[in-house]
Amino acid sequence: MARAVTPRRKALNTALAWAIGLLIFFPILWTILTSFKTEAEAIASPPLFLNFDWTLENYAVVQERSDYMKFLLNSVIIAGGSTLLGIIVAVPAAWSMAFVPSRRTRDILLWMLSTKMLPAVGVLYPIYLLFIRLGLLDSRAGLVVVLMLINLPIIVWMLYTYFREIPGEILEAARMDGAGLREEILYVLTPMAVPGIASTILLNFILAWNEAFWTLNLTAADAAPLTAFIASYSSPEGLFYAKLSAASTMAIAPILILGWFSQKQLVRGLTFGAVK
Amino acid sequence: MATRHFRSTARLMMAPAVILLLGWMLVPLTMTLWFSFRRYLPLRGGDLGWAGFDNYVRFVTSGAFWPSVQTTLIIVGGVLVITVALGVVLALLLDQPIWGQGAVRILVIAPFFVMPTVSALVWKNMFMDPVNGLFAHLWRFFGAEPVAWLSDVPLASIVVIVSWQWLPFATLILLTAVQSLDREQLEAAEMDGASPLARFGFIVLPHLSRAITIVVLIQTIFLLSIFAEIFVTTGGAFGTRTLTYLIYQRVLESQNVGLGSAGGVYAIILANIVAIFLMRIVGKNLDR
Amino acid sequence: MSMQRVLGATTALTLCATAVFAQENTITIATVNNGDMIRMQGYTDRFTAETGIGVEWVTLEENVLRQRVTTDITTSGGQFDIMTIGMYETPIWGANDWLVPLDDLSAEYDVDDILPAMAGGLSHDGTLYAAPFYGESSMIMYRTDLMAAAGLEMPESPTWAFVREAAIAMTDRDNEIYGICLRGKAGWGENMAFLTAMSNAFGARWFDEDWTPQFDGEAWANTLNFYIDLMNEAGPRGASSNGFNENLSLFQQGKCGMWIDATVAASFVTNPDDSTVADSVGFALAPNTGLGRNSNWLWAWALAIPAGTDQEAEAKQFIEWATSGAYIELVAENEGWANVPPGARSSLYETPEYQAVPFAAMTLQSILSADPLNPTVDPVPYVGVQFAAIPEFAGIATQVGQEFSAALAGQQSAEEALAKAQAITSEEMEAAGY
Repeated sequence: MARAVTPRRKALNTALAWAIGLLIFFPILWTILTSFKTEAEAIASPPLFLNFDWTLENYAVVQERSDYMKFLLNSVIIAGGSTLLGIIVAVPAAWSMAFVPSRRTRDILLWMLSTKMLPAVGVLYPIYLLFIRLGLLDSRAGLVVVLMLINLPIIVWMLYTYFREIPGEILEAARMDGAGLREEILYVLTPMAVPGIASTILLNFILAWNEAFWTLNLTAADAAPLTAFIASYSSPEGLFYAKLSAASTMAIAPILILGWFSQKQLVRGLTFGAVK
Repeated sequence: MATRHFRSTARLMMAPAVILLLGWMLVPLTMTLWFSFRRYLPLRGGDLGWAGFDNYVRFVTSGAFWPSVQTTLIIVGGVLVITVALGVVLALLLDQPIWGQGAVRILVIAPFFVMPTVSALVWKNMFMDPVNGLFAHLWRFFGAEPVAWLSDVPLASIVVIVSWQWLPFATLILLTAVQSLDREQLEAAEMDGASPLARFGFIVLPHLSRAITIVVLIQTIFLLSIFAEIFVTTGGAFGTRTLTYLIYQRVLESQNVGLGSAGGVYAIILANIVAIFLMRIVGKNLDR
Repeated sequence: MSMQRVLGATTALTLCATAVFAQENTITIATVNNGDMIRMQGYTDRFTAETGIGVEWVTLEENVLRQRVTTDITTSGGQFDIMTIGMYETPIWGANDWLVPLDDLSAEYDVDDILPAMAGGLSHDGTLYAAPFYGESSMIMYRTDLMAAAGLEMPESPTWAFVREAAIAMTDRDNEIYGICLRGKAGWGENMAFLTAMSNAFGARWFDEDWTPQFDGEAWANTLNFYIDLMNEAGPRGASSNGFNENLSLFQQGKCGMWIDATVAASFVTNPDDSTVADSVGFALAPNTGLGRNSNWLWAWALAIPAGTDQEAEAKQFIEWATSGAYIELVAENEGWANVPPGARSSLYETPEYQAVPFAAMTLQSILSADPLNPTVDPVPYVGVQFAAIPEFAGIATQVGQEFSAALAGQQSAEEALAKAQAITSEEMEAAGY
């Protein structure tokens, strides 16, 4: 909604907003810039901003050392799989909480959130032993399930808040017209909830992509995603800023690009019921 | 429509989520409880028998316990204060008509997409390093002695790193709330001569209270278990050992699973105390 | 049999079947991201071409690697066919029968060529459990130009008093030149490796013969105070966050006058591609205080096979390839003798080409002067120079290291740090039942 403000005020606001935005973005920008420098340029004093010889050498070195595509593929499968599975489990649950609430609905929601508070490292041994028993170590399937369970409370909650915003009268009307439960969900609710579901998917994809404890500790060679990829660059010998930057850029680029393309969806969708 | 049938179908639809989460909670919890009463030392051959409450007593009486609880609360509290305060400011600013609004929004939310490990590595090496870091260059440029951030002001440094990661999340949620603000009410207040501060205090802030509650709740859940940021930057040195990190040290560095499990049980208790506290203080906001 | 069990078993079977299918003749190796290992990864294609055995690498940063392989070995997870471990883990794991004994290596591998100090540290009860990929001690690396400018001459085996004098003379803080760079970052393999080795020269020890912690003694107080004073007078800013990598990078940039650290660093600091001071580096034995012990440690990164792997034969083949004399020659041919993995085989030090490498002699001398069986002036019940080979050590030393690191950062006094170290160690040793 366009509100009338003086051009002077608008210019001032613009300058301020851009300054803060660039400041917040700067660490990422700096990492990307550094990834195109040589190791010596990366630590040059005073620091070089754009006046250096741009090189792709670091990317070549990183790619030669570790097969980026394999890690990327695992990240996509694990983050995508766990999000998809989570949505399948969460939609019915959130639907029933939102439209057929009981006295205990809120308690159940809060209980679900509380399962996220178990410190992961405290249960590493139990889960590791369980995974050995089930043969799930270093498998994408195992990680898909674990990450789904970790994020499920957030998914349920987000969907619940979206569903609650759908006015009850519409459902009443649909029921009057003789729609069954299936039709009601399929033709009435789902279309209205699509934006909410989309942003839920986005948020969970991001959370699953960035999860670094289980993905690191439950994988070896086959299922290791980008979080494991970055763990081999964190403190190598000698000068490493440029290579670290290249590896970091490679690890965050896919999700950053996805995030940028879908930022409208995220901005609209991340309400958690915050809007009355 | 048979309401009873309808209700039971609804319960059935909730079942998969509830059962899965119940399993995810109970199986590890039971195993943690079991281990916490055992002398379980993997490097000494595994399960060495019943330990009674030894692990529980040892974990709390260790000199590291209370400082770690304190550190946890400082980090969580510090990050919450910074992200909520800056988030409100940013949300109000981004709500104003400006040129390139979309682009600025992209810049502001970008840190949210960065893996915690990567963000900790970048901040530690490329910004906070006292010799080659960008801050050191900046300090020297102004003729000041560079600061060794991660050893001189370690807690504040970690709070800054974590706040940077979570500011986008807070801003996004607060922004959606700001956008639903009643403009007419604001304008009416302005006509009546209410100062900007008064308008903010009496109209904007109450309107945002629900969004702030949600930011606080969700961030707390995530912040109580931050690990990568500490592991990468200080390794728990200089008083940055949180309860989660202390448990990590017990389980993986000292290889004392029994003691670590007892710590895990304490962490769950602490988390629930914090959660109940949050619900009592701000939970009312969640019910409309 | 419950539904869940059936499901679990079926899943497990399916997954095992696919796993076996996928892994036929492929071994998985967990390793650390150090330069020599990265180089080895580059040559694995040759191994695969020679033997038909595929190799999958899991390369992790040291601390992550340790947590990963320890979890796997103690739970018999079976994720790796070869693990890269050190001198600390090997005897402990070997004693638990978690590793495959390497007592049937082929004749052409020539197991007797492995330096006795290395073989000894990687054995339990006389059985070799891990083959050293490279071995190291620690020594002084110093800038010959700065030393000359300060009007001093480095003896072959200096005392700590001389090192202090030289460090102060070389320091020029306005030009970002620090007389001495030492480890300060907390960790049993970081500052505690250095400080424990240093304390040996000052006559200190971790435990007396009854396993009583000794941090309340005078020897440790002397060690820590000397270290902190020295770093305050001549060390770089933020030294309490510096580990091996940070110091290496400082030295390569010409910001350190002296650096006492792993002998393997010698090939990095003398490599003109990475180091701005490559042509002016000298080497000397780690300092002493005249009590008969130098401040140098002994370490090896070694390859071991976890018991229970179904690729034992293939894993042994790889270990024989990677730690052989032939591999050393392969690297020498392609990258020059200065870049071969050092410190593992005596024959390397008899090779004339390698003897010409400037740091070869000092490396060997350092390795030979470290004795894990008699590391300290006073007798101790443990084995290990910069560690005590008991399962509790890593956890204790990391916490003690954090106290010492905080003392270096000026957040507490050396006395406070030592008192806390004594309390932490007593508490943990009591918990472990000593």
